Amino acid sequence: MIPLEHVIGLSAILFLIGTVGALTRRNLIVILMSIELMLNAANLAFVGFSRAWGEHDGHLFVLMVIVVAACEVAVGLGIVIALFRNRETVNVEDVSLLKW
Amino acid sequence: MSAPELFFYGAGALAVVSALGMVLNVRNTVAAAMSLVVTMIALAVVYVVLEAHLVAALQIMVYAGAIVVVFLFVVMLLNLRSDAFAPPRQRLLKAAGAALSVGIAAAFLSLVPASLPTMRDVPDGFGGYRAVGAELFTRFVLPFEITSLLILAAVVGAVVLAKRRLD
Repeated sequence: MIPLEHVIGLSAILFLIGTVGALTRRNLIVILMSIELMLNAANLAFVGFSRAWGEHDGHLFVLMVIVVAACEVAVGLGIVIALFRNRETVNVEDVSLLKW
Repeated sequence: MSAPELFFYGAGALAVVSALGMVLNVRNTVAAAMSLVVTMIALAVVYVVLEAHLVAALQIMVYAGAIVVVFLFVVMLLNLRSDAFAPPRQRLLKAAGAALSVGIAAAFLSLVPASLPTMRDVPDGFGGYRAVGAELFTRFVLPFEITSLLILAAVVGAVVLAKRRLD
């Protein structure tokens, strides 16, 4: 039997890797992929707790998160393509007009 | 060590390594997307060990089969120059960043409570399509229907964004 702490620990590590990627990378596509990784880490925590309590609620949350992730990718990559069409770049440092 | 534990720790280590490969691969976006596929498949293995069979199947189908394919499609469509994102060489800054990351990771992992509930035995068919589907279409039927609105909004939004000229 796998202890729940190890599942949550794995989830935390993956979430941190995703956070580091979203904060440090310059390629907009890789930033989106890092956000996907963070969503997956949250899914892993949901599945782990669902297994521990023997209820299906976590699985259903995961299904919703997967749908949200798919929608996010569709819209996000649409934005990336629109950005590339207008500015010929997907580097976030070239599109920092709104940055404070 | 029993077979489920072996699969859990093996797939977990693979997921962490491939996630690091995705984040640390600065030059090649296609390779980063491929690392993401490996992470998704390793997580699907972890889900199977945790008795989430339907979620594991959907993870493979939606994440590895659809989302990453869309990523690869966009990367190849845009034809990015592979060295456009290489950062300037700042060894000291990189070392400091790595040390800080490890420190934050250790602090974060120490937040995981030591006394979480232990895994209890689950009945046969737990996490299968029959049990999850019954819950989805009884207690969770309203969120399920609202999801379709979200997908519709995303489809319309993606088409509007990708259209060259709005009439």
